[in-house]
Amino acid sequence: MREALWLVPLLPFVGVLLNGVILWKRIPKRVVALIACGTVGLSCLIGVGAIASYMASPEYATHEPFEQVLYLWIPAGALQLSDGGFADFSVEMGFLLDPLSAVMLFVVTFVGFWIHVYSIGYMHDDPGFQRYFVYLNLFMGAMLLLVLGNNFLVLFVGWEGVGLCSYLLIGFWIQEKFPPYAGRKAFIVNRIGDAGFLVGLFALASTFGTLNYREIFGRIASDPRLVEGEYVLGLSLAAFVALCLFIGAVGKSAQIPLHVWLPDAMAGPTPVSALIHAATMVTAGVYMVARSNVLYQLAPGISDLVAVIGAITALFAATIGLAQTDIKKVLAYSTVSQLGYMFLAAGVGAYGVAIFHLATHAFFKGLMFLGSGSVIHAMGGEQDMRKMGGLRKVLPTTYWTFLVGTLAIAGIPGFAGFFSKDQILASAFEGHKLLWMVGLVTAGLTACYMFRLLFMTFWGEFRGSEEQRSHLHESPPVITIPLVVLAVGAVVSGWIGLPRLGHWDWNWFGHFLEPVMATVGDHGEAAHHLSVGLELALMALSVVVAALGIYMAWRTYGGSLGLAGGQRWADRFPTLHRWLENKYYVDELYDATVVKGTWASARGLYRFDANVVDGAVNGSRHVTVGTSFLSGFFDKYVVDGLVNLVGWMLQRWSHFFRRLQTGVVSQYALVIAVGMVVLVFFYVVVALRG
Amino acid sequence: MDVGTTHYLVLSGVLFVIGMVGILTRRNLIVVLMSIELVLNSVNLNLIAFSYQHSDLTGQIFAIFTIAVAAGEAAVGLGILVGLYRLRSTTHLDQAAELKG
Amino acid sequence: MDFLVANGPALLFYLFASIAVAAAILVISLRNPMYSAIALLVTFLSMAALFLLRHAEFLAIVQIFVYGGGIMVLFLFVIMLVNLHRLRESRMFGVQWPMAAVVGLILIALIGFVVVNTPFGPAEASPESFVSIDGESVGNTQAVAWLLYREYLLPFEIVSVFLLVAMIGAVVLARKE
Repeated sequence: MREALWLVPLLPFVGVLLNGVILWKRIPKRVVALIACGTVGLSCLIGVGAIASYMASPEYATHEPFEQVLYLWIPAGALQLSDGGFADFSVEMGFLLDPLSAVMLFVVTFVGFWIHVYSIGYMHDDPGFQRYFVYLNLFMGAMLLLVLGNNFLVLFVGWEGVGLCSYLLIGFWIQEKFPPYAGRKAFIVNRIGDAGFLVGLFALASTFGTLNYREIFGRIASDPRLVEGEYVLGLSLAAFVALCLFIGAVGKSAQIPLHVWLPDAMAGPTPVSALIHAATMVTAGVYMVARSNVLYQLAPGISDLVAVIGAITALFAATIGLAQTDIKKVLAYSTVSQLGYMFLAAGVGAYGVAIFHLATHAFFKGLMFLGSGSVIHAMGGEQDMRKMGGLRKVLPTTYWTFLVGTLAIAGIPGFAGFFSKDQILASAFEGHKLLWMVGLVTAGLTACYMFRLLFMTFWGEFRGSEEQRSHLHESPPVITIPLVVLAVGAVVSGWIGLPRLGHWDWNWFGHFLEPVMATVGDHGEAAHHLSVGLELALMALSVVVAALGIYMAWRTYGGSLGLAGGQRWADRFPTLHRWLENKYYVDELYDATVVKGTWASARGLYRFDANVVDGAVNGSRHVTVGTSFLSGFFDKYVVDGLVNLVGWMLQRWSHFFRRLQTGVVSQYALVIAVGMVVLVFFYVVVALRG
Repeated sequence: MDVGTTHYLVLSGVLFVIGMVGILTRRNLIVVLMSIELVLNSVNLNLIAFSYQHSDLTGQIFAIFTIAVAAGEAAVGLGILVGLYRLRSTTHLDQAAELKG
Repeated sequence: MDFLVANGPALLFYLFASIAVAAAILVISLRNPMYSAIALLVTFLSMAALFLLRHAEFLAIVQIFVYGGGIMVLFLFVIMLVNLHRLRESRMFGVQWPMAAVVGLILIALIGFVVVNTPFGPAEASPESFVSIDGESVGNTQAVAWLLYREYLLPFEIVSVFLLVAMIGAVVLARKE
């Protein structure tokens, strides 16, 4: 079955081909949905089968990955390496199935499948139904290439592909003004990160002569000194590549300072926000860091940077989430914040924990986005929480599933988020106390703003218009069933990664991922040898903090308080509230500097082109016209002038000589006489001389 | 002061020039024809002078022929004049400028 | 009287030369062609005298006969035929007269220069060849005839033909249509 691995990324592309090209606008919605969801569902099943087959295989027993090469994609030939030697550079189209990619494969296909099903209901009345599913399938194919690729270039192809689909899907409603703008913003900000990513790839290729994971990481593992010598800018090769790749991750996973695209990406359809901007695409950066953990282990400075940025982003986004009124924006900033947690974990060396949180987050954040979609659908398109309230009575299924997600993200024990977040904090506690503190505070804030969202939306009295009230209804099963499935996942997914408490080691997940996160050299990640007591104490502390956050939220928004509580806080800290509400004015800063700068230079260059370049071209026109004028002038006056001169002279002379022909014979005789006299004269002169 | 050949030649030259000026100048064809006779006469004088100088009768023979030719030419010339007069009722050369242009 | 005798030929020369030149000038400068014709006759007669001074007796007579008696009469006839004496109003000289005068002056200057600078030797006072045939003294006419009809017979005949042609031509030209 694992031989059929190549079908997993291929099937969604087949869906694209069918829905987008061959059967475009020729089939009813039912068939479109069938093709789209069917291909993803099949991918999921085949993927699970492949994983099972792999786990039963001998390679798995020896901690070897399963590699499947389809064909030689780029046989480039001789590449000069940075040390002067030559390597035969080639890139295959191949897939790698190991524990890490297996986890990613399952998360992507499973969550993706249920979001596809959800979309059938959500996008049912949209005229772009077929186009939507074409893009969604295209995204799935690209994401699967990303996670299954066996070399950095296939990963990059998928990386770019999901970026493209993100742009297509954010700006899905092209008839509006904002969505296409948001799509462009996302793509451009991503591109900045991608530039750094590419530089990292170049460095890798020119050092190792290949981009294949096993070759690169294998060579590093056997001789870490390969990447520890000084390379450029005072960094070792490992540090430089780690930094460059991380820049790409910052763009793709919306970390500071390239986070600005994700909140605006909420302009796309809600299932898109769920799939791409919660569960899968944004996690590609985390996956990439985990995949390259060998490099990050050998670049401690950069790893610290990763952790710091992750922590700052987590705190920063959480504070903004407290003051947002759009339900999707709150979830967006929440995503940014949780991604920060993942990078914090990766930065302190807990790569497996980062992936764990990635998986649990995919479930509960995906769930909550879909839930918010259900709410928005019921509210007839309204996304402002100030107009909601009391919806738990009208949307019970939505409410209960949303509650599960909220409890999970808040880190309440028993739910998935608790286990993953707790492990992050535990990993940070050892050696990075300050970061641990930041993470803890953020956890409290997370619980606070998430429950604020819950209370504002589902509790209290309805604050919307009468028309909206009459429209309220629970969503159809095609929407609610995925909610339930994901809610189950939000609970269950945590149980496979229980922390190690002394002898009680049920961390199946962590062990599962161990072969991939093998320590390199003597840079072993500090095994969490926290004592049981300390571990439990930390757990309790995080629960207390979460409870504190929930309490604050309930005090402000809970019950029948409605918006009054929030308003009191806003009045007490008006400046702070304004800064939070306006996202610390980061977008405004970027707009004033980068955006306007780029526009100004574009205009300047355009003027250069129009005036100097075109001016030169037009100038050459003038030169040509002038030259041709001169030439014509020369021809007309000099050349023709000479010709005319000859004619004129002839005329004048003939005029002159004509006067000789007087017709008077005497005068002819005179001429003869003159001639005769002249001859005589010459005779005389000659006689005189002689 | 012996009159030598030189004197005769100078005289001949003077008569020749006078006659030539008359041909070139006068508008009346009759006078032109008379001037031609004058010129031919001066030539005769020249011939006689040289004949005497060299004691050779040939000069005189030549002069006879010259006179004969002059006579014939005068006859024809006057014939032309008569014809011209019949055509133009004038003998002015200026008015016989058919060759003009 | 001695002076006259001594310089007789010279004086005669100058006398007839002056007459000839004066008459020639009159020929070309008189308005009435009749008068010009008379002046021309005077010139011819002077020329005859000058011929005589150079021992060309036969030629002098021929000159008088042919020129004076033939050509001048012809001229006078034609003048009277065309009634030229009536044409009095218009100009005598053509517009080119200054140029002609200049040309004439230059020519006489050249001729004069050449002639005066040519050293002719003295001539025989009374050449025998003019009046003798084979040593026998005969007279100018016979001498001329002897030469004319023997040495120069062909030219003589040709001149006769020429005169015939001229005569026919003149008759044809002057014929009334």
